[in-house]
Formats: sequence, C-alpha cells, structure tokens
Amino acid sequence: MAEALHPSGDDRFAVLDKHLKRTHHAQDQLIETLHVAQEVFGYLSDDILMYVARALLLPPSMVLGVATFYHLFNFEAQGEHACSVCTGTACFVKGADAIVAAVRDGYAVAPGATSEDGFLTLRTARCLGSCGLAPVVVIDGNVAGHQDARSTLELIRAQARIPEEVN
Amino acid sequence: MATPIDLHEVAERELEDQARYPWRIKACGSTACQSAGAGASISTLESEVVAVGLSDSVRVMSTGCMGLCSRGPLVRVLRRGGEETMYQSVDRDVAVDIVGAVAGRGEVADANRIDRHIPFFTRQHRVVLANAGIIDPDRLASAVAHGAYSALEKAITTMTPDQVVEAIKASGLRGRGGAGYPVGAKWSLLAGASSDQKYVIANGDEGDPGAYMDRTVMEDDPHRVIEGLAIAAYATGATRGYIYVRAEYPKAVERLDRAIRAARRSRLLGRKVLGSDFDFEVQVRIGAGAFVCGEETALIASIEGRRGNPRLRPPYPTESGLFGMPSMINNVETLANIPAIVSKGANWFSSIGTDRSTGTKVFALAGDLTNTGLIEVPMGISLREIVEDMGGGVPDGKVFKAAQTGGPSGGCIPTQFMDTSVDYESLRELGSIMGSGGLIVMDEDTSMPEVARFFMEFCMDESCGKCVPCRAGTVQLHGLLDRICSGEGRPGDLGLLEELCTVVRETSLCGLGQSAPNPVVSTLHYFRDEYESLLQEAAHA
Ligand SMILES: Cc1cc2nc3c(=O)[nH]c(=O)nc-3n(C[C@H](O)[C@H](O)[C@H](O)COP(=O)(O)O)c2cc1C
Ligand code: SF4
Ligand code: FES
Repeated sequence: MAEALHPSGDDRFAVLDKHLKRTHHAQDQLIETLHVAQEVFGYLSDDILMYVARALLLPPSMVLGVATFYHLFNFEAQGEHACSVCTGTACFVKGADAIVAAVRDGYAVAPGATSEDGFLTLRTARCLGSCGLAPVVVIDGNVAGHQDARSTLELIRAQARIPEEVN
Repeated sequence: MATPIDLHEVAERELEDQARYPWRIKACGSTACQSAGAGASISTLESEVVAVGLSDSVRVMSTGCMGLCSRGPLVRVLRRGGEETMYQSVDRDVAVDIVGAVAGRGEVADANRIDRHIPFFTRQHRVVLANAGIIDPDRLASAVAHGAYSALEKAITTMTPDQVVEAIKASGLRGRGGAGYPVGAKWSLLAGASSDQKYVIANGDEGDPGAYMDRTVMEDDPHRVIEGLAIAAYATGATRGYIYVRAEYPKAVERLDRAIRAARRSRLLGRKVLGSDFDFEVQVRIGAGAFVCGEETALIASIEGRRGNPRLRPPYPTESGLFGMPSMINNVETLANIPAIVSKGANWFSSIGTDRSTGTKVFALAGDLTNTGLIEVPMGISLREIVEDMGGGVPDGKVFKAAQTGGPSGGCIPTQFMDTSVDYESLRELGSIMGSGGLIVMDEDTSMPEVARFFMEFCMDESCGKCVPCRAGTVQLHGLLDRICSGEGRPGDLGLLEELCTVVRETSLCGLGQSAPNPVVSTLHYFRDEYESLLQEAAHA
C-alpha cells in the first residue's frame, strides 16, 4: 500500500488527518485515532499503524502494543458480510453456542476470523444490551433477537441475497 | 459568552409546548425495541398521524427504554390530563390501530395492551431511571422540563462544596460499580487532595457481559450522568471530567456528546457554570473492547491512550490518578443518583432501601424468565419478589434453579435463598455480590458446571496478562472445567479446582483475577452434586 505514505493520494487519509487536527495530534488520543483509522480503512494495516505513530510522534512499538491490547481492533481485511453472535451471559443461557457452531461449520470460519473466500467474518460479542431478546445476533449492523441456528443462517443468506438452494 | 440558561423558563416553555398537544405518543427507540422492529412502527405512527389529519393534536416522539424489553416494541399513549395506556408488540398493524384509536375510530386488540398494575411496574422505585422512557434524550429542554440541572443549580447557588460532600455522606449512597464503597468517603478524599488539577471520571465501561443498566442511563438520560459528574466536580474541586464509555455503545457516545455540546451552549458546562465561579469541562472517551478497563487504574491508563493494564494500589487514584493528578472514578449509575440526592435531600434517599444499603438498584433481568428487561427496585427487596412477582417466574412450567448476580465476578443464589434481601451484605454472605446489576435466572435445564466454564472462559479471554496467577491460573481453571464438562474429569479434579481457586483469588494483582474464581466456588458450593455426577459418568465411561 504505497499510497499510505502519500496522504494526498487517498481520500481516506483526509478523514484521518482531519481527526488528528481536531484532536491536536494529542498522544492520549491514540485509541480514538485508531478507532477513526479502522473506521475509514476497515482494518489497521502495518502502514496505517506506522502513519498513526508518526502523526502522534509515538514509537511504533507502543502504537502496536496498544492496538493489539484491545479486542476491537482488526489487523486483517474484513469479510464482505459480518455476523456477530452475542455470547453474553443471557445469550449463553439461551443457547448462543449452537448459533456460533452453526455459522462456524456452515461457512468454515472460526470465530474472530474471515472465511477464505472473503465472504463472511464471524465475530462473538459480549452483550449487545438486548438481553431480553436473547439470543441476539447482528448481521451487517442489523440486530435480530430470538434467534436460533437455522434462523441465523437464513438471515445471513437473506442479507447476502443468496437463494436458499445455493447454500 | 452566551448567557446562562434560565432553567425555570426553559422548563416552563417546554411544558407549555407539550400541553399544546392533547395527545402524545411515546415510542421506545432503544436497542432492544429497535431489534424487535421499533423503527418501522415509529415511522408508521408518524405517517398515520399525518394520514388521519391529526398532526396538530398528536405528537409522536421517540424515547428511551420503558423497561419491559421482552414485550417490545413498546408504545405509550398519553392523553392530556392524565390517562395513559401502554402497548406491547407494536408492529406496523398495531401502530395503525393505535393512531386509529386516538382518532376515535376502532380499538387496539387487548392482546397488545399492557396492564400497568402488574408488579413489574408497581414494585419499581425509579430514581436513576426516573426520566428513561419519558424524555427525548436528544433535547436538553425535554430533560430540563423534567428537572435536569436543577440539582446542579441548587448545589452551586445554595451549597458549599463541603455541604454537598456531607449530603452525599449522609445519604449512605454506596458505589454501584460493584464493590459498594461509600461514595461520600471517596469524595472527601478527593476534596482533601491539594492540587491545581483534579479529575472526576464516570465509569461507563459496563463490562458485565449480560447487563445494560449503565448503557440505558447514558443513552436515555445522558444529562443526568453529566449533572452528577458536574456536582461531583463542584464538591471535590475538580475542573475536568471524563466519561469513559465502552466502544460497543456507539449510541451512548453519540448521545453524551450531543448532550455535552447542548449543556455547554447553555453554560451548564464550560467556564463559569451558570454564571458562577465554577469551571467544568467534560469529554467522552471511548474504550476498545477490554473488560479489564473497567478496573479504575486500567481505565485511567486507557484514557491516557495506553494499554489498559491495572497497577497496584496504593497509591489510590485520589492521590495519583489520571496524568498523575488526584482523580476519582465513580460508576455511571452511582453518579446518576447524585442529582436526586441533592434535590430531595439525604434523608429522603436514605429512607429508601435498608440501613446499610440505601436507595435503589437497577437490574437487567434476563435468562429463563417470563418478563425480562430493566427494573429499578428499592434495596432490600427479596429475590423472590424480583423473580416471581416482577419477572413473572420461570416460563414453560420449568423450575427455578438459580439466579446469578455479579457476572464473571459474582456467584449463584439457589432456590433455598429466594427470600434473601437484596443488599450488599446479604448477597456477599451467600457468596455472591451485588455486582453492577446483571441478574440472570437459570432454570432446571441449566448445567451449573457449564455456567462456571462460561465465566472462566470469559476471564481467561479478558485477563490482561500482567500477573502470572491470573494469566496462567485462568487458563488452568478453564482447562479443568472444560475437562469436567466434556465428561473427561478425573478423580481429584474437584480438590484441584478448589486449590487453584484459592491461589488465583489470593495472589492476583487486580480485581479481575481476585474474583475470577467466584463463579466456580459458588457453583461448587451449591451444586457440587452436578460436578460429582459428571465425574462419576466419566469414571464409568
Ligand atoms: C475487572 C474489573 C472490572 C470492572 N468493571 C467495572 C465496570 O465495568 N463499571 C464500573 O463502574 N466499575 C467497574 N469496576 C469497578 C471499578 O474499578 C471502580 O471500583 C468503580 O468504577 C468505582 O465506582 P463506584 O464507587 O461508583 O462503584 C471493575 C473492577 C474490576 C476489578
Ligand atoms: S489479575 Fe489478571 S487482569 Fe488483573 S492485573 Fe493480573 S493478569 Fe491483569
Ligand atoms: S447477553 Fe446477549 S444481549 Fe445481553
């Protein structure tokens, strides 16, 4: 990603630079800055981490250390679609494990990873605050309650507009 | 500089404005109802009101959580002069019927009406959640019309900082973040610290994975948290505040940011608050998915933009905290109690609850229960009242087995202790804790060793790795529990489990490791037979 070194060549850097300017390149804004970077670039590549380190005048090792400490940062490209299964206590009690297993087996994707064809990223989440509707899943940002393994797989297909018989 | 807001005038104008509409329809727009389809029903309500030509007499607004999440989407219809009706499972068709009923044409089916006289509502005592589901959280005037910032005004204009601290002490309020530390005592410590710069911090990390009390307060009544924090700052001599919110709550972040901007424009924050000599700036900071960051020293490291590793205390944050300055961390729900205490007085507050656990507690009721959702109850209520009366008991004819409180740091309460009073000391005596407010009911089908394994997996994943007992101990404990649950346990495993629990509990550096064994110890204590029968099955396999 050569353009990472040339902010002017990629619009997305303008968004990041705007955030940096707004927060006066403050070093204590590192986590916020990483959030913004992940939002615009989708994930944190080495180049982006380096860019942030330079912008905040922090050693790259510290930026990497902070980024890897927190679970919400990704270091690899994400799938076309994302399925998050809540594995908080309420959803656990209501059978979230079976949903995770079904998606894992159905798309050959480990929790936290993306399927090889780049179609689906499977994530587990800690309580989405809809415990009353447990078990809860989120497909591409849409929250759905009272799910089970079958309905979740159906939702993924519907979201990706894949006719039932293909899968 | 803008002139400070005249709270009375704003409140009056807002109330007059509301009174112009003979009917108001309030629809819950919180996460739980959204995932049940509230978005579609709210837009139907809005378009129907226009379609039947009632735009001038019916006002539709979206509010925060109304509590009975399992029956969402929820809608309340208020008629000027009193009468109020609440509806459940409001899909598009029901939304059309609701507007029809308001217009005097037809009725809403009985199945969609909620009886407001059921214990789920009548046994509540709403202090923290007083405005949740009532105000429009995105409008300052709506909050002010329901009393927001009147306590801050009272504190600044009629009380000295010392008097505020004394009032909080006298109220008996204890921290709602889990440990129950007396709030007034903590405030005194910060007030007594001499430094040019002090910080107050609201802890909105809400790590318990099955609970959403703090989220609801931040999303549905953000001004209450900001006001509580501002009063804390005034009382302790702090001039800057932070609200640390977990990244999983983007809506809370957005609402708080908007509320802070609105408050600043009205001189409720910033330089010379309400025209006084008190300056106070607030910023929201976002976490990034690490349970340990709810621990106060880790939270401070995270606000500074570092890895969220806890550190040994002392020194306590009130001596050396954020950026090395005296700082105080309070939980979001703790702070949300402050305005009411200042407004209504310490005596009023301490008359609610028990002698040593005053006030109310918000619980997120979940699991195998008929009515799940958010409730605020007086301390000292019995677990039975919560589970059977308010929660409507275990559904499908199943039998109650245990209630879990305190999440990964807590324990289980079995059926023989259903009449226990819900207060800090009684729950601790039973080997559980009050915790932050997650209350999960499990029926007879739940395997308690699996529950223990679930929580241990959580602690293992969330251990920050700084100290060995927790880093290695949680892995060992999880391995043992996994072996037992998969039917491969060996004789002597239970003894090993207990020994390891003691080591991890006694030698870990921070609360995460120290309390990680709690769910294991508690389930072993009350449900040892389940572990034993798993071991027996393994022996015979
Ligand atoms: C591992 C761990 C996680 C914690 N998570 C939270 C949390 O999510 N929210 C919270 O308010 N307190 C949490 N606490 C407690 C805080 O350290 C602190 O005691 C609390 O925020 C103080 O506020 P209070 O006195 O108002 O309760 C946690 C503690 C530990 C050890
Ligand atoms: S007890 Fe666990 S979470 Fe706490 S400092 Fe040690 S390793 Fe980190
Ligand atoms: S535990 Fe899944 S939404 Fe709360």
